[in-house]
Amino acid sequence: MHQEQCTTLTVLDNVPFGTVSGENLFFALRIERPEWADWQPGQFVMLRPEGWALDMMWARPFSICRVSKRDLVIFFQVVGRGTKRLATLKTGDKVVLWGPLGTPFAVEDKTPTLLLAGGIGIAPLVAYAQKHPQPWNLHMEFGHRMPLNCYPFESINERITAANHHERSPEDLAHFLDLIETSIAEYAESDGLVLACGPTPFLKAVQAFAAKHNARCQLSLENRMACGVGACLGCVTKTTEKMTAKGVAAGRAQACEHGPVFWADQIILDEE
Amino acid sequence: MSTNVTLPGSTGLQFKNPILTASGTFGYGVEFAPYGDLTTLGGIVVKGLSLEPRAGNPMPRIAETPCGMLNAVGLQNSGVENFITEKLPKLPTEQLPVIANIYACDPAEFGELTAVLAAEEGIAAIEVNISCPNVQEGGILFGQDPQQAARVTEAVKKAAGVKPVIIKLSPNVTDITTIAKAVEGAGANVISCINTLSGMGVDIRKRKPLIANVIGGLSGPAIKPVALRCTYQVCKAVSIPVIGMGGIASAEDVLEFILVGAHAVQVGTANFLRPDFSFRLVKELEELMEQMNITDLEEYRGSLQL
Repeated sequence: MHQEQCTTLTVLDNVPFGTVSGENLFFALRIERPEWADWQPGQFVMLRPEGWALDMMWARPFSICRVSKRDLVIFFQVVGRGTKRLATLKTGDKVVLWGPLGTPFAVEDKTPTLLLAGGIGIAPLVAYAQKHPQPWNLHMEFGHRMPLNCYPFESINERITAANHHERSPEDLAHFLDLIETSIAEYAESDGLVLACGPTPFLKAVQAFAAKHNARCQLSLENRMACGVGACLGCVTKTTEKMTAKGVAAGRAQACEHGPVFWADQIILDEE
Repeated sequence: MSTNVTLPGSTGLQFKNPILTASGTFGYGVEFAPYGDLTTLGGIVVKGLSLEPRAGNPMPRIAETPCGMLNAVGLQNSGVENFITEKLPKLPTEQLPVIANIYACDPAEFGELTAVLAAEEGIAAIEVNISCPNVQEGGILFGQDPQQAARVTEAVKKAAGVKPVIIKLSPNVTDITTIAKAVEGAGANVISCINTLSGMGVDIRKRKPLIANVIGGLSGPAIKPVALRCTYQVCKAVSIPVIGMGGIASAEDVLEFILVGAHAVQVGTANFLRPDFSFRLVKELEELMEQMNITDLEEYRGSLQL
């Protein structure tokens, strides 16, 4: 059953997190809670401020970071025209929002689950840790380039064990990748689950390690989207013969519908 | 007040209002069913169908541009058979005119594809995308040559039986009226215009094109004046009904196209503003007509005073 809705909601606040060279680039946007029956970590929403003129037509996709009885929080980084303008949203502004959309992360209560987050990719994994019924089975490795206080890391640390790795140099990155390969190998041995979200080079590395060590692994993609509902075909990813989702044809699957979370062995990331 | 639209001539096409959704922007309709009642729309034109499944172009395929977007999706679709068995049965075809948009590489293939769709009761009409290369004629675009456009129209008409045939014109031509007259002469029942304008975008820092195909189709409000001009010219040039489109994003925009002579319109890129856009537009058009004391769209249609 479909339960997506498109509604106009009020911004409660838009709080900057940390600073980068004196600039606010990271924000926790808190919106009044939509009337959703349910949602799952890994799912996302499409969001477009009501005040936007036609010069910027698309809504923007954001992973659900937190949902409480009162609010919905999405976490974003200023990376382009859209997010730059979203940073100016203020309390009381209205946004048009539709969701929850997409295929969520797998949840296996009793399975040791490794969460791998790269930068802003931490957002859906915060939701994952928040909603998991047995959080003591979760552990996170978080790699980031900007200062730690730019990210919602502390909140996750309250619920699960998590380690952060500040990448200041290529050596730091190499060290982080070594570490996650070792971790992925360990989780593969105990038939654990590996879930990753972050920039594409990071996801490609995770995907390669998962294949090498035969780990069960899911990746959450951050593809450019226009509609969020499967129609525009702008967010597709190439699929392998292991892709089993119904309705996927011609070797390509929409990240908005069949993702954003995919099993790592079902997709090919050579175009992203 | 009536928003009813009946296309003149032998088409038998009737829409409860002039607002249809454009091919490629509304999926197969079912994607938008959670956001509104499909049967309140004038009609839907489904994502372009080909005889065989097509993988489409590499990524990135879309880019946002000022007041619009570029796309080069490359007509990814799972093929006509899959559409008929998987998608069409999910649509309320008795209360909603469902128009199949088709794409092929030569006239014979167009005919074959049409024959498959003509046998389907749930298909109200066939819209032909002629903005594609004819592989048999050195890749010349059907839609850019009056003879080629006429040849496709004839092939489709021959296979369509009683189904009305809508030819969708490309604006990327020197004189759109010559193509319009050619397809009318070849038996087209309806013309829809315009398809996207050819365009491109680049990233000056990465020194890369914005979309992998380099050149794509521009759509959205940025192209509305071009679309309106084309619709106006085509309406004057032919006597068959015209469905106008290109950048429609408000009820006022709908009336602009009707004022220059269009019988109906299609909403495209604006469906990405929000998934319930077209459903809301139907209501907004009624409100605007009431406000402007328009009781009969047919009376208003083409009443532009020069």
